[in-house]
Amino acid sequence: MLTAPQTPLPRAPSRVAIQAADFDLSAEVAALRAGDDGVGAVASFIGTVRDHHGAKSAEAGKSGQAGEVSAMELEHYPGMTESAIEAMIDEAARRFDIRAARVVHRVGRLLPGEQIVLVLVTSAHRGAAFQACEFLMDYLKTQAPFWKKETTPAGARWVDARASDDAALARWGITSSNA
Amino acid sequence: MQVNVRYFASLREALGPQEPVVLPAGSTVGQLRALLQDRSPAHAERLDRDRAVRAALNQQMCDETAVLTDGAEVAFFPPVTGG
Repeated sequence: MLTAPQTPLPRAPSRVAIQAADFDLSAEVAALRAGDDGVGAVASFIGTVRDHHGAKSAEAGKSGQAGEVSAMELEHYPGMTESAIEAMIDEAARRFDIRAARVVHRVGRLLPGEQIVLVLVTSAHRGAAFQACEFLMDYLKTQAPFWKKETTPAGARWVDARASDDAALARWGITSSNA
Repeated sequence: MQVNVRYFASLREALGPQEPVVLPAGSTVGQLRALLQDRSPAHAERLDRDRAVRAALNQQMCDETAVLTDGAEVAFFPPVTGG
């Protein structure tokens, strides 16, 4: 390094961040790629708060309203959530030829349209980055301890787990019975 | 022996964030769950066999055959819904 910053910056970003604050995709990509000339591919996934969940419910059908979720509250299990995702990244690194990976997941109160989760993977070639990114997201959906509570005009309710998420993880040869 | 039981999400709202439980050495997570059901009507309802309840032992996902040790942290929570 030619110049040393006044305040040391985290050159090797931690692999997992659970935070209330929003994240910036460009900054995250730059941090993960920094100093690794072997990176030839970067794959990212961002999950956002949807606003149409209520449109599928019976109540919404009666009222004819779509866009019923006014806010979402995300809870996690401090300590376990981080270690569970660390273990998922270890597993992704065993399965795919990746250079680095990072997962950022927000907690607390989120509004429709806001970013919830970022999965970022670098690799030499695109195949591994694409696959590891999807694998990590499928794994996270059924095995990382997070819980969503939606606020709707009818009141707050905890989001139900979906069997389709267990099926998504099964594609990777991992049995899950979360939902 | 004693373990510390923690609850999350809907279980936390109904039962509180945590409670200590004294139980026989060698007990399993499933036996702990059954014992907890006797604590109150809310416990009986929330930890009922028919409900989807996940468990973690010392912050690792586990099934109900997992054997507890003194001082263990056991968590019960609904199916996870992150991402």
